[in-house]
Amino acid sequence: MSSKVTNIVIAGLGGQGVLTCSDIVADVAFHTALDVKKSELHGMSQRGGSVSSDVRYGAQVFSPMVPPGEADFLVATAADQVPVNAAVLREGGTIIDPSHIDESKLRNKKSLNVALLGVLSRHLQFSEQEWLAAIRRILPEPLHEANVQAFHIGRGA
Amino acid sequence: MLFLSGDEAVATAAFDAGVKLGTGYPGTPSTEILECFESLGGQAQWSPNEKVALEVGIGVAYAGARAIVTMKHVGLNVAADPLFTVAYTGVSGALVIVSADDPGMASSQNEQDNRRYAVAAAVPMLEPSDSQEAYDFTLRAIEISERWRVPVLLRITTRVCHSKTVVRRDGDALPQPRAAEFVRDVRSRVMIPAFARPAHHNLREKLRQMAAWNTSDGPNQIVEGSASLGIITSGISYQHVREAVPQASVLKLGLTYPLPLELMRNFASRVERCLVIEEGDPYMVEAALAAGIAVEGKPDMFRFGELNVARVRSIVAGDTTPEPKPVAGKPPALCPGCAHRSVFASLKNLDCIVAGDIGCYSLGVLPPFDAMDSVVCMGASIGVGLGLRHALPPEQAKRVVSVIGDSTFVHSGITGLVEMIYNPPPTGHVLLILDNGTTAMTGMQEHAGTGRTLDHAKTGKVVFEDLARLLGVPNVHVIDPTVDTPKFEKLVKECLDKTELSVIVARRNCLLAARYIREYERCNEQQGN
Repeated sequence: MSSKVTNIVIAGLGGQGVLTCSDIVADVAFHTALDVKKSELHGMSQRGGSVSSDVRYGAQVFSPMVPPGEADFLVATAADQVPVNAAVLREGGTIIDPSHIDESKLRNKKSLNVALLGVLSRHLQFSEQEWLAAIRRILPEPLHEANVQAFHIGRGA
Repeated sequence: MLFLSGDEAVATAAFDAGVKLGTGYPGTPSTEILECFESLGGQAQWSPNEKVALEVGIGVAYAGARAIVTMKHVGLNVAADPLFTVAYTGVSGALVIVSADDPGMASSQNEQDNRRYAVAAAVPMLEPSDSQEAYDFTLRAIEISERWRVPVLLRITTRVCHSKTVVRRDGDALPQPRAAEFVRDVRSRVMIPAFARPAHHNLREKLRQMAAWNTSDGPNQIVEGSASLGIITSGISYQHVREAVPQASVLKLGLTYPLPLELMRNFASRVERCLVIEEGDPYMVEAALAAGIAVEGKPDMFRFGELNVARVRSIVAGDTTPEPKPVAGKPPALCPGCAHRSVFASLKNLDCIVAGDIGCYSLGVLPPFDAMDSVVCMGASIGVGLGLRHALPPEQAKRVVSVIGDSTFVHSGITGLVEMIYNPPPTGHVLLILDNGTTAMTGMQEHAGTGRTLDHAKTGKVVFEDLARLLGVPNVHVIDPTVDTPKFEKLVKECLDKTELSVIVARRNCLLAARYIREYERCNEQQGN
C-alpha cells in the first residue's frame, strides 16, 4: 500500500483483557479521524485459550487482519503467547510483553493490559490526553482510576 | 461517525429502518446482533431455535411489518424448511434473514458456505465486506424485500461480524415502515400444490428481474485498474484483494444471488486475466464458468479456512506451496470450578460411551476428561445415543449416555426425548441434561428454560424434569453434580445399570453467569412480575 498503515497485534489468554486493549487502541485512532479497523475472534477462544486481536490504522485500511510478517507491534499480555504470535511481526518490529512492567507497582493486577498499552503509547503518535480519553470511554467508571495509574506506569517505564 | 462491528452495524440499520421484531437463536458469530438491536431500543427475542425464529419472522412480514431473523450458518440448516417455502409465498412487509457464516471454523462444527442456500432456496443474497456495508446492505435487504416481496438473505462472515470499522449512519435512507395490517392473500400464502405451482413460476420470474436489475443497478462496484488483471470478488475477500493486489481491476459483487452474470461477462472481457477470488466454496467461479465467462478460480487448497492478504497473494501468483502450519496456541478449556468438570470426570470414571452435543461442554472431549465420543449438531446427542444403543452389543450399549446442555435441549433436544419415549432401546437409555442456567458458550444468553426473556425479564419457563416426567420417563432425577460428585457418579451408575429410560438433570449455574442470574432474579422479584 502506498500510504503507511500502522499494524498492531495484541495477544494473550482469554480473560486477560486482550479485546479491551484492542478496543482502546482502535478508539484512540478512531477519535483522531484516521481510518481504522479492528479484528478479533470470539467464541471458543474465550474459555481461557489463546486470544489475539488486530488493530490497523492509517489513511485507508482494507483488510481488518494484519498480514503475517507485517505487524509493527506485538503486545502480549502473557509471555508464552509471544512465540505463538511471533510470525505476525515484521522484521525490526517491536515486542511489548509483561517483562516491560513491574507488576508489583500495579494497584490492580488485572490492569496489566492497560499498563502494556502505556508502553505501546510511547511508540505511537497519539497524545497522553487522547489515550486517557479512550481509556475512560472504553472502560466502566469504577475501573478508571486503577487503569489510568496502570497506563502511567507503562508510559513511564 | 461510529466505530462498529459488523453485527452492531446490522443491528443499527435494523433499528434505523424501524424493524418491528428481531428474532433468532444465539450462535457465534451472529449473537450480538439481537443483543445490540435490543439495547438500541428495538424489540428482540430469542426463539427456541432458528426454525421457530424464522417462522415468527415470516408472520411479522406477512403482517406487513419489517422483520430481521439472525442465526449462525448451521442455524440456517435448522431453518431451511420454512426458508424454502417462504421463498414461494413471498412477504408483504420485509423479511431479512441473517446468516453468519464461519469460514475457518473459529467457533463452529463445520464451515458450510451458505451462498449455496441462496441458490437452493432461490432467495436473493447480499454480502457486505465491512461494517459500513453491513449497515448499508441491511437497509438494501429491506428495500429489495419490499420491492420484490421476497425474503432476503444477508450473509456475513466471522471477520465481518467481529471486525470493527468506521460507519456513517443514514437513518433516512428508507421510507418509513407501513403500519402492520392483516390483508388476506390465500393464494400467495397457503402452499397447497395448486397454489404452490404458480408460486414457483412467479418466484423464478422475480429472480429473472432481479438478475437484470443486479447487472444494471445492483449494489456492485468496479474499481478501475490494470487491464492485465481483473478480479471478481465479494464480501471480506474484497478487502484482502484491494490490499494484496492494489493494481488490479476489481469487480466487487454486493448481491451475489442472483448473480449479475452480464456484468461479470463484460468485466471479464475487458481484462487479459480474470480471477474469481472468493472465500469458501467455488460458488461464483462455477456459475461464471457455466455461463461461458472466461475466468479462473483459486487452487483447491484455498477452499479450506479463511482467506487473508497473504493467501490472496498466493492465489494471484498461482503459488500452491504448502502453507506453514500456525504455531499452536493454548487451547480453550472448561473454566476452573465449572460444574461440567465434575460431570465429565464421573463419565470418564464410569467408562461411558458419550454422545455429546454443542456448547461449552463439547470441551469434555479434551484432556484430562477425554469423555466425549461424538459431536454432530445441535440436539444430536440424543438421537445418536439412541442409535448407538440400538446397534451395539448389550455390554457396550449399556455404557452409552447422551449429554446435552440446557439451551441445546430447548433448541432441538425435546424431539430427541420424544424419540426416546417412542422408540426406547432394549437396554434403556440415560440422558444427562447439563443445566447451567444459561446459553454459556455464546456469552450467557437466556432461553426458554431460564424463564427470562432476551432482556432478562420474567416470562414462562420450561422445566426439564417436569417435561420428562410428563412424557413418561420412569426415572427422572435432579442433582447438583458439584455438591457431592461421588453421589452424582453413583446415580449415573445406577441409571446405567437399569434397562429403563432415565433423565438426569445436572443443575448448577454457570460460574460466569451466576452473579448475573442472581441479579436478574432479584430485579424481577422486586418488580413483582
